Amino acid sequence: MNGAGRSAYAGAAIVGVAESDLGITDMSALGLQAQAVVRALDDAGLALSDVDGVATVGVPRFPAVQVAEYLGVRPTWSESTFTGGSSFEVMTARAAAAITAGHAEVVVVGYGSNQRSARSRSLAGVLDPMQPESQFDAPYGALSPVSLYALAAQRHMHDHGTTAEQLAEIAVAAREWALLNPKAFRYGAGPLTVDGVLGSRSISSPLHVLDCCLVTDGGGAVVLTSLDRARDLRRAPVRVLGAGECSTHHGFTQVPDLSLTGAAAAGAGAFRQSGLKPDDIDVVQIYDSFTITALLSLEALGFCGRGEGGDFVAGGRLRPGGDFPLNTTGGGLSYCHPGMFGIFLIIEAVRQLRGESGERQIERAETALCHGTGGILSHHATLVLGVHR
Amino acid sequence: MTITTPAFVGRPDPPVTPDTRAWWDATRRRQLTVQRCDACGHAQLYPRVLCTACGALELHLEPVSGRAVVHSHSTVATSPNPALFVPPYVVALVVLAEGPTMLTDIVGPRAGAVRCDDPVHVVWEALPDGRHLPLFAPIEQDLD
Repeated sequence: MNGAGRSAYAGAAIVGVAESDLGITDMSALGLQAQAVVRALDDAGLALSDVDGVATVGVPRFPAVQVAEYLGVRPTWSESTFTGGSSFEVMTARAAAAITAGHAEVVVVGYGSNQRSARSRSLAGVLDPMQPESQFDAPYGALSPVSLYALAAQRHMHDHGTTAEQLAEIAVAAREWALLNPKAFRYGAGPLTVDGVLGSRSISSPLHVLDCCLVTDGGGAVVLTSLDRARDLRRAPVRVLGAGECSTHHGFTQVPDLSLTGAAAAGAGAFRQSGLKPDDIDVVQIYDSFTITALLSLEALGFCGRGEGGDFVAGGRLRPGGDFPLNTTGGGLSYCHPGMFGIFLIIEAVRQLRGESGERQIERAETALCHGTGGILSHHATLVLGVHR
Repeated sequence: MTITTPAFVGRPDPPVTPDTRAWWDATRRRQLTVQRCDACGHAQLYPRVLCTACGALELHLEPVSGRAVVHSHSTVATSPNPALFVPPYVVALVVLAEGPTMLTDIVGPRAGAVRCDDPVHVVWEALPDGRHLPLFAPIEQDLD
């Protein structure tokens, strides 16, 4: 595998993945995470007693410490780099590096949220008075995160002629994939049309409610161990070939460029480390909190030229049977979105690389890219994964 | 699109920090300021301890023209807090003539027709404690 032999991640592999129950669960956030961790360890053929590293965010105060207690483990390596929805791409890379360096042997990267059941999601966002946004953003009534993505979409339309119809196609394609995924929240909901998206309620123009991701419960977990140990386990080891990240701003007023996001630097770093380029990637899993999120990342990652995203996504190519299958689960738009979606990008990429995605399987998939976005286009993290067939 | 008036029946009271007290105090006189670096001349908002262009720690507040252009805009149709904000209203990122970007609301009779790159100017909304909040309104363009 190009790049893997010399990378900082060369001594590690992803050996187990799983979701918790998804949708409306009436379970606790910690319970959902624990369910996902146990299922992912089972997927790997490992047990809780093997775990010596815990990585998680989205839990108050000391996330990894809290989750380790709930799981009943005493890890000697902990990680909680909180970058929003991209945290799981970051923590998976950190875990692979730590295992390669010998700091840990079996790491679980986990997440759980019951935001749907708990009705804890606020359209206003969550701010502490010490954050500058409390003074310079909050007084204006922008929805956070929705309005920032709406501002990015509006500017993209102004600069490049991108249309609401083109953005809607991303949601339509996601729904087509979800109809093939029994775990998807919109499985069985029937197909979506471009007119259906455009006719849905406006939230923050030009974005409609069907340009926005779901609000669901859900958890996920990814188990990593050393490559040596992975060779004795039941699943084909999935390698981290490269990783990159970039943080560009936190609040609305500090965005350096609404069109060219930190995905450009994150992706460039991950491609450089892996020795691969966009054309080499078989499986593309890109954070789709909003339709515009995915479009901007496709451009910044180099799958199409800057400003060309609208034309790139047109014509059904993202849908099942298309020549650029995107987000084969149905994505955050139609599969699940428990607040931070990044771990689900990795779970599906691993399944695709192991040939386990059933009706959604991309043939001869050997390389995958997962790209997470955190905050309001604030933080970006890219993972390039690979498997030997 | 018709913008209801008033769209804003209240505002979250903006907190003040040591970094920003002088900036907010200037708004009591309806004066919009930016922070200017003594060393390199970089203009920035929000006010903070260092210059983000050169790292210098010496900066001062400087009054600005109040003119800006709309970088992007969005009409909010679903309220983040129905007790405070009554949709529809227009939020925008505006770039001040002096460089820094602000988030704001576009107000006035032509707010709903605002487009990217339109010129706007600052207008002030009184806050309960004597400070003012900078909003922006489209500048009437001469049709000569």
